[in-house]
Parts: sequence; C-alpha cells; structure tokens
Amino acid sequence: MTSLPSSPTPKKLGLVIDLDVCVGCHACVVNCKEWNTGGYGSALSDQDPYGADVSGAWLNRVHSFEVVPEGGEIVGEAGDARIVHFPKSCLHCEDAPCVTVCPTGASYKRADDGIVLVDEDMCIGCGLCAWACPYGAREMDLAAGVMKKCTLCIDRIYNETFEEADRQPACVRTCPANARHFGDLADPASAVSIMVAERGGIDLMPEQGTRPVNKYLPPRARKPLAASTDAPPREDTSGATGLFAWLDKMLDRI
Amino acid sequence: MHPAPSIIAFTTLSGLGYGLAVMLGLGLLDPAAIATKIAWVAALAAIGGGLLSSTLHLGNPQRAWRAFSQWRSSWLSREGVMAVVTFIPLLMTAWACVIEGRQAVVPGLIGTVLSLCTVFCTAMIYASLESVDAWHTRLTPACYLLFSLAGGAVAASFFAFCGSGNAKWLPVVAIVALVAAWIVKRGWRQRMRVVAPLSTPETATGLGSIGSVRLFERPHMTENYLTREMGFRVARKHAAKLWIIATVLGGVVPFVLLALLLAAGAQAGPGAALVAGLALASHVVGVLAERWLFFAEARHAVMNYYGG
Repeated sequence: MTSLPSSPTPKKLGLVIDLDVCVGCHACVVNCKEWNTGGYGSALSDQDPYGADVSGAWLNRVHSFEVVPEGGEIVGEAGDARIVHFPKSCLHCEDAPCVTVCPTGASYKRADDGIVLVDEDMCIGCGLCAWACPYGAREMDLAAGVMKKCTLCIDRIYNETFEEADRQPACVRTCPANARHFGDLADPASAVSIMVAERGGIDLMPEQGTRPVNKYLPPRARKPLAASTDAPPREDTSGATGLFAWLDKMLDRI
Repeated sequence: MHPAPSIIAFTTLSGLGYGLAVMLGLGLLDPAAIATKIAWVAALAAIGGGLLSSTLHLGNPQRAWRAFSQWRSSWLSREGVMAVVTFIPLLMTAWACVIEGRQAVVPGLIGTVLSLCTVFCTAMIYASLESVDAWHTRLTPACYLLFSLAGGAVAASFFAFCGSGNAKWLPVVAIVALVAAWIVKRGWRQRMRVVAPLSTPETATGLGSIGSVRLFERPHMTENYLTREMGFRVARKHAAKLWIIATVLGGVVPFVLLALLLAAGAQAGPGAALVAGLALASHVVGVLAERWLFFAEARHAVMNYYGG
C-alpha cells in the first residue's frame, strides 16, 4: 500500500550527517555499494563497468560544493570560500512523495520505524518515484529494471548475528571521519537528536514539504584564514647602534 | 526531464484518441456513415496504441497489471484504472455504431466523461510532482484536456469531410478548441519561464546561510541515471525553434486549413477530406513537438545537486 502511515511512526530511524567533518573520501559511497550489491534485493548493477562510459546504480553519493560568502568572490575581500563535501542518500522523508506516486504498492514506508523501502518483486520500473523525489535518492537498476534506494541497511541494523557495533548502516560504520551517525530521531534523548539540537541540524529543501528524517549538521563558523595566524612581526630597528643606526636612518629618508 | 519517445507517443496518441472518442460519444458524427465507423476504430486504436506504448519504458512490463492497485494515492494508478474503465462504455458505443449503425446515447455520454477523466489523470501524473516546477500547476491538466479536445475535434472534422456529416460545425469546434489550447499552452510556457524555482542549490544543500552555493565536483565523472533522466538538455538549445515549429504545425496550419474549408463552404468530398487530413497530420506533428518540449524544457529539483 503506497499510502503513507496514517500516524507518525513511533521510531524515526535515520542518519545525521556532519558537513563540518566530512572529508569527501567517498568511503561511505564505496562501502554502501559493496554491502548493498550483495545484500537486500537484486545486485546494484553497473553498465559498461570497465569501459570509458561506466555508470551504475548507487544509493549514496558524495557531491562537493563551493560556498562563497557574499562579497567573497575576491580573495580576502570577505570571508573565504570553502569546499563542503556533501554525502547524499535517501532521507526517509515523513511525507515521502516517492511512496504515494507508486502505482503498484512496491514503494512503502514502514509504519514502525519509518524506513522507506521498495519491494523489488512488485516494482515495474516505471521510474515515477525517482521523478517525484527532489533529492535524487532513487536510481533505477538498469539490469534488473527495478528501482533501488537506501534501505538504511535494514539487513544490518536488525541483524542479531552481528556484534552490537556492526548493527549500523554500512556508510556509518565505515566513515573514517565519524561524519555519519545513525539513530532514532523520534527519541529526543537519542545521541543523534541531541546532536541535531546542539548543532542546529537542518532539513534539505524544506520547501518541498517532504519533511526529511535525515538531518544535516551545517559547517561550523570558521575564522578567516588570515586571522588564524599572527601577522609576521614587523622589523624592529630601535635597538640599532653605530653604523646600522645611521644606515637605518638614511634608508628611511630615501 | 528526459523526453522518452514512448511517453511522448503515449500522451499524444491517447490524448488524440480520447478527444476523438469525446466527439463520437457526444454523437457529433452520423453513426450510420462508414467514415464514423472508421473513426471509432481509429479512436480505439490510438487509445490502445498509446497505452501499449506507455508500457515500453517500464523495466518490468510483465508486472504492469500491478499498477491498477494503488488508485488511492497514485495518479499513475488512477490513470491505469480509468483507462480500463473507460474502455467499457467506449466499446459499447463503438459496437452500437460500427455493428448496428446507431448512436448509443447513454454509454456515449458516460464514455465522454470518463475519457476526459482519463486525460485529466494523465496530466495529474505530471502536475502532482512538486519536484518539477514547470509541471506543478493547474495549467498542466488544462493544457492536456484542451489539446485532447482540439485534437479530437480536428480528427472529427477530418472524418466529417470524409462523409460523417456535420462538416459545418465540427471545424468551428476544432478552431475554437485549437485557439483555446494554444492560448492556455502559451500561458503555461510563460509561467514556466518566469516562475521562481521552488528550490535552489542553497536550499538543496542547506548551505545558503553561509553563502552562495555552486557545484565544485559531481559525485562521479560520468553521467548517471539521474543526470540522464532529469538533466536532459539537448532540446533546450533548440527550444525557441521547436516552440515555433510546434505552434505553427500544431495550431496555425490546422487553423488556417479548417478556416479555408469553412470559408469555401466545402462539402464532404475527396478534396476537402485531403485538406482536413493535412490539418490533422500537421496538428499531430505539432503536438508531438509540444510534448517533446513539455519534457525537455522541464527542470527537476535534483539538478540543484548537479550544477544545472
């Protein structure tokens, strides 16, 4: 059934991504692909995998943006431009437009934990859900003809054969910079909720009315580069005597 | 958005077919005439061909039957259901005309209403997507409905000049519908050009509070499903020319040809049928170009993440 759960889900499992910490190494991208190509549903296929025009389905991608403060086009005029690495995967929206447009019932949002999933055996591969998602979180698997998306590694997080530390999405587990966090955003006492509250976590494209569960922590304010080092000390000639004092005086006059 | 040929063919053909079914369902053509029987077959063929064409872009068309299940939430599902339901009165009315040579009034009227509902559902698939600014407007279903009616009226005029009668009034209906369709379409396109994008790179990344955001690096060097599907740009380069081609072939040519036939007081006959046939062919080509632009010019919010 592609109607959304009628009441807010008791749990809102999701990710919190710290844009201040992400170094853009793409480890989460690779581990996501590695885990999900062998896990839930059909493999994540690549087309022309060893050719010049390789492409494939990925559930998590890292974009890099350049943010220029107003008046900052000229170096030193205003704040410095900065690069922000930006990992992007499904935000498991509360009002997920991808779910309601699905004609077959393949797309659904779980009523207990809010995870948005695709039942690949019911998906006809029409692609309308990918059109409905403003975030580009869904990609068609061209080999299987079904829509693929982030499952929040549902086959890891509830997997009791794993050690506790491994019951996390692959992207979170692998992040070497600890920029990705997984937890229940419906629980105000959870580590992720506290993090969001303290750092002013934000929604992406709130104007689309999707109410994403995943939150992004904006980069912390940064001092301008020039302010982070002391200016080189000015040459001081007050202690000069004799010939050097005379030279200093003469050269000052020129 | 990527203009998939199967979707363009589907919306154009089924729109034309349903429009013609509306004219036939209203009993505007003489049900006893051979040309009217052919018109019914043509209308059903256009609708059926369009619907079949729409399954061509599916990844798993063998499961297409599942698309009838989610009519409570999905406009695509509603369209599928309405298309099947509409076939019932259309086939009844067609049977009455083709086999018995009479107009089945009640099924014809029901078929008329349901045909328009189906076209409306098709349009709402696009109009309901907030992620595409150009489509997310009430003008989208208005355009689809008016183009369906205009195409149907031009086609009905052709069959009228082939001997189905009513050759005096149907071209007038066609001309009025053509003018209305292109006026509304012009408004639709004007809105598309001036409407402020709902989302920007700043809101997409949430980094607008720091400064202006521009893409530094895409996630991968090569194209992917998203950039191919949502980032189509080929037609934008020629959009102005294509728009002129669409309006001239889809609007001006059929308008002028039908007006000439009216002015000449043309009766049904081979010459008039040829001219009306030209008007119909020109209109279909123009609407194909219009549909191409409908997709190709529409910009998707996800491109805020891809620098375009």
